[in-house]
Amino acid sequence: MFNRFKKKKLEIIPNKHGRGILVFENTTEVIRAENILKSKGWEIKVMGPPPNIRSGCDLVIEFPLIEELSIVRSLSELNIKPLQVVPVNDDLLDPVNLIHEKEYGKYLMIRAANMKITVDRDTKIIVNVSGGGCPDVPYLAGQMVNRHLDEAPQPKDIGHTLCAYALQIAYDRMVALC
Amino acid sequence: MLGIVGTIPEENFPLVCGTVSLEGDNIIVDENRISVNRGTPAMIAAAIETLKYMDMPNPFCYLVGDIGNGNGCKLLYKELEENIINTSFETLAFHYFQPDVNLFEKVIKEISKMPKRPILIADAGFMYVAKMGGDAPFFDLFTPDVGELAYLADEKAPHPFYTRGFILHEDNQIPDLIKRAYQYNNAASYLLVKGARDYVADKDGILSIIENPTVEALEPIGGTGDTLTGIVSALISSGLDIKTASAKAAMVNRLAGFYAKPTPATQIYDIIKQIPRALSEVFESK
Repeated sequence: MFNRFKKKKLEIIPNKHGRGILVFENTTEVIRAENILKSKGWEIKVMGPPPNIRSGCDLVIEFPLIEELSIVRSLSELNIKPLQVVPVNDDLLDPVNLIHEKEYGKYLMIRAANMKITVDRDTKIIVNVSGGGCPDVPYLAGQMVNRHLDEAPQPKDIGHTLCAYALQIAYDRMVALC
Repeated sequence: MLGIVGTIPEENFPLVCGTVSLEGDNIIVDENRISVNRGTPAMIAAAIETLKYMDMPNPFCYLVGDIGNGNGCKLLYKELEENIINTSFETLAFHYFQPDVNLFEKVIKEISKMPKRPILIADAGFMYVAKMGGDAPFFDLFTPDVGELAYLADEKAPHPFYTRGFILHEDNQIPDLIKRAYQYNNAASYLLVKGARDYVADKDGILSIIENPTVEALEPIGGTGDTLTGIVSALISSGLDIKTASAKAAMVNRLAGFYAKPTPATQIYDIIKQIPRALSEVFESK
């Protein structure tokens, strides 16, 4: 994994919300941790980091602070170690929650944030991926286009950035609709 | 000369700096052949077709392989930081790249020291990081799509992924988003907003709207924004002012799309092939 972002240390002050955030080295680790924690039934949420630790293409995981020990232990068992675990003191940014759908005859396009995926509904073949600005977007497009929706690699498995995360949201909606 | 900075979606593609040519559906740099699909290779191919029409030399490109983990981009950030000051590009276009504010700021600092600052264009990851770092006004032209314009208009969003719903909502009018982007200093001197209608704007408002021909099927096709950025970068590098180049580029890109008779499954190279015909029509018609 890469060390793209230098995280600044947070000043820890008393927390009023009963929620904490897990800060990771990169988005790939966030996605792995999210999958693990959700599969174990924890009430967590992927959010944008507070401004004082934001440096680029970042995500953090918001979690019930009281569960910190169990959550960190579960992640360590799978060799995932957060850089920091801190209380929530700032408003976190919500990921985009508006998803647009557009029909072009037999084709369906779904857009989440800046990412779009288009599928031929008759064959369930992914015919195009567009949008985005991070370097995994052309890579993901190359891996996914002309593949069946059920057989194409998913952005959460081979992507690294917020653009990949947005594409996963669009992909999930496409799977639900096709 | 036009300089282009971007990424190749292959993990092991080396850092290369050189003049790029186009052969069929491949761009060539040094010994490397790269398929023109989408992303920076599509942007470069569109730029080369345009430069050829304008009787200008092929672009000099800084390219590195990166599949999103940022490893390649780190090398290229360093190359730019160390050597960009020794170049003499008239126009420099920045494209798909890993946003990293700290590394980006070092590059900006070096560019600001150049004796003759090039015209600076940013799209994709470089546009994101320019806004993230508060450096949007340092650039001369951004080429966002409507979703990215909403990101520029949202003074709190550090990435399009966090654009707040009340701004991203489809009911928001593009002129309002443009105004808001300038209000918070999150736009370049000019904006070329690509979409169902293309807009050229500056801080005073809309300068032109290009809406013909209308081809709905272009929106899902990956790379149509990349070709627009390539065309406008080449036209600016050829001497057109930014406002004129933006309007002409939008016309060329729309016409090339129209001539390709696209469906949502069309791939970008089919559109790039039509760029010479579209350039002829735009520049040779009365």
